[in-house]
Amino acid sequence: MVNRPISPHLQIYKPQLTSVLSITHRGTGIFLCLGILLLTTWLVCLALGEESYNIFYKHTTSWYGKLFLISFIFSLFYHLTNGIRHLFWDFGLGLDLSTTYKSGYVMLCISILLTLTTLILGDVVTI
Amino acid sequence: MYKYIVNVDNVDSWRCGNNMKISKAFHILISSSEPVKHWWAQRLSAAILVPLNLWFIYSITFMSKANYETVIVWLSSKTNSILMLIFILIIYYHAVLGLQVIIEDYVATEWRKKILLFFVKATATIAALSALISTIVIFMEY
Repeated sequence: MVNRPISPHLQIYKPQLTSVLSITHRGTGIFLCLGILLLTTWLVCLALGEESYNIFYKHTTSWYGKLFLISFIFSLFYHLTNGIRHLFWDFGLGLDLSTTYKSGYVMLCISILLTLTTLILGDVVTI
Repeated sequence: MYKYIVNVDNVDSWRCGNNMKISKAFHILISSSEPVKHWWAQRLSAAILVPLNLWFIYSITFMSKANYETVIVWLSSKTNSILMLIFILIIYYHAVLGLQVIIEDYVATEWRKKILLFFVKATATIAALSALISTIVIFMEY
C-alpha cells in the first residue's frame, strides 16, 4: 500500500530533543483530531438549538472542559509552529543539526508564549 | 529509502527546491505518483491552515464561553461562516492525511492498516459533513 520510506518505530530512538519534538508533533496531531470532533459536536449542538447548546456549554465551562480547551490551544500552537518549522525543512532550509536544535528551542518557546498570551488575553481560565 | 527514491517518477518532486514555482507544485500534485501527491497535499493544506488557524484560535478562545445568542450572531455572519466552512473542509482533509501516515508507519499488518484507514476516512467524512451542514443551517436560519 505505501511506497514511501516509513518512520522507524518509537523504541528505536534514544530520547533527545529532536525525536521528542517530532513524536510530540504526531501526538498533538492525534489530540487535535479529538478537538475537531468536539468542534463538530459544538456546531451540531448550536444548529439544534439553544437547549442542546446549553448542555454542551455546561461541559465547556466545567473544569475538565477548561482543561481540554487549554490543552487544545497549546497543542494547536505547538502543531502550528512546529508545522512551519517542517515547511522550512521541506524547502531544504535549516536542516543541519545545530540549526535544528536552535529552531526546536525557539519553536517550543514561541508556542508556550503564544499559548500563555491567548490564555491571558482571552481570559480562558476564569469562568 | 534509496529504493524508494528510485521508484518515484520524478526525483525533483520528492523535495521542493528553493526556486520551485507554485504552478510547478500544482503540476506535481496532479501528475505524480500517490505518495508524492500525498506529500504535497499535506504541505499545501498545512500552508493554508496557518492563517486560518489564527482566526480559529481567536474565535474559539472568545466563543468557548459565549452564550447561545452571541455565538449564533458570530457564526451567522458571512465572513465567519465562510471561513468556518473552508476551515472544516481543509482541517478534516489535513487530519486524514496525517492519521494515514501515522497508521502506515506504526500498524504492521496489512488488513489492520486497511480497516483502520477505512474507519478514519469514514469518521472524518461523516463528521465533516455534519459540521458543514450545521454551519450552513445556522447561516440560513439566522
